Amino acid sequence: MSLKRIAAVVLTGALALTGAACGGDSDNSGGTGKTFEAGTTMDRLSKAQKIIIGTKFDQPLFGLKGLDGKPAGFDVEIGKIIASELGIPADKIEWTETKSAVREEYIEQGKADIVVATYTINDTRKQRIAFAGPYYVAGQDIMVRKDDASITGPDSFKDGTKKVCSVTGSTPAKKIEEYVKDKTTQIVLFGGYAQCVEALKTSQVDAVTTDNVILLGFVDQDPNALKILGAPFTQEPYGIGVKKDDTKFRAFINDTLEKIYADGRYAKAWSDTVGDVAPAPTGPAVNRY
Amino acid sequence: MGILIDRFDTFASGFWVTLQICFLAGVGALIIGTVVAVMRISPLPPLRAVGTAYVTLFRNVPLTVVSFFAAFGLPQLGSSANFLKVPVLDAIFSRLAIDLPYFRFFIIALGFYTGAFVCEALRSGVNAVSPGQAEAARSLGLTFTQNVRYVVLPQAWKFAIVPLGSVIIAMIKNSALSGFFGVSGSLSDAMNTLTSQEGLPLIPVFIGISIGYLIMTVPLGILLDQVEKRRAGAAR
Repeated sequence: MSLKRIAAVVLTGALALTGAACGGDSDNSGGTGKTFEAGTTMDRLSKAQKIIIGTKFDQPLFGLKGLDGKPAGFDVEIGKIIASELGIPADKIEWTETKSAVREEYIEQGKADIVVATYTINDTRKQRIAFAGPYYVAGQDIMVRKDDASITGPDSFKDGTKKVCSVTGSTPAKKIEEYVKDKTTQIVLFGGYAQCVEALKTSQVDAVTTDNVILLGFVDQDPNALKILGAPFTQEPYGIGVKKDDTKFRAFINDTLEKIYADGRYAKAWSDTVGDVAPAPTGPAVNRY
Repeated sequence: MGILIDRFDTFASGFWVTLQICFLAGVGALIIGTVVAVMRISPLPPLRAVGTAYVTLFRNVPLTVVSFFAAFGLPQLGSSANFLKVPVLDAIFSRLAIDLPYFRFFIIALGFYTGAFVCEALRSGVNAVSPGQAEAARSLGLTFTQNVRYVVLPQAWKFAIVPLGSVIIAMIKNSALSGFFGVSGSLSDAMNTLTSQEGLPLIPVFIGISIGYLIMTVPLGILLDQVEKRRAGAAR
């Protein structure tokens, strides 16, 4: 009985698709009327005219929920572009907050169709989900006072005089140890980055180091006092998380990324969001594994 | 459990830094607490008011907030607490002399905070000294200073030593906050480094850190018990 019903649903779906395919064409002007291979995630989302996108709600410039209740930022723009490529207008997108610890879970359980949330591609995560992209390569960078030209990169700490701040127990704090001469006199660790920024402004330290994405948010808040060197010395490729076995959807997102690198929408997404504090990056080559 | 042996150096250096913090802040707290206690029992109302205000403030504000003011308020006032770079002391406690001020800032915060509790412990000791002692001293013509220094405080110390010990033990445990206020390499910082940075299993690391604190607190507790026993014997 239930098998028959499923068969009936599938058949109806296939018929509907055939019908729709007759009216559709292959233009890329956005909006509805896009067609996709039956049974794919693209087809399902496009037909439903609804997509759930997971992003950060607390990451300035990338995904930050504003007073209007809508998130804004570079990740959000990328999410909107992918939705529009599926024929879903921006106002039909359902945004859901995906904090770092729950991202894999949200994808696995279908609580989010895609996750664009400053999401570093790594092998541990690849065991549970799949990544399209990368669409941006973040990395550990250095923030200094705006009038300070004496620090040019991590090697500036090697002479043992410059002091650098990071968060206690963090990976960037460990990484910078490779570049300092004396840990005791050069590294200051606090519980949060806001405290590091305060120490930087009052000249107790000369630099703050962590992922450039976090630093960009601080520079954005106070562009007259702070600047970022813009020379990341680690590589954190950001990907778009999808279900592990959904190869077709992943390929579609990768195609979309390559398309927007070329047609300028990627650069526009950047200039509309992060553009004020950092120059647009070139889109990194997507990894079709 | 191999972590305890493999990373012994991290635990040991963390222990040494925390011990430095505790020793310096402890000495500072005892000095500050004594001064404030004397102010609070002095015959001069303004001094008493200042002492009371001090205790009210520092006893009722969380140490996190006091540390925050020390680490971020003092730089605003243009101070790097350089007065703590005491010539001989800084040879023993090398952290006092370094350019980074956060070790000094935290000692100031912990010392001032604990000072309020030391003051109250001492005052309870002063209250336990029979009023006849101070009256007799006054009738002998001793000034307030002489009275406090030669008659009241020497007796008050004895009554105060056990509550004082509890205050110091609490201070040692409070020093765990140092890792969050810019002091690198202390026991609490070692805990953060080993767990969240290097991803080592939590339980063995926490056991190692706990041992570090127990080495400082348990002997202190035993010493206090001995002192109390001796005093009970002497009173008989």
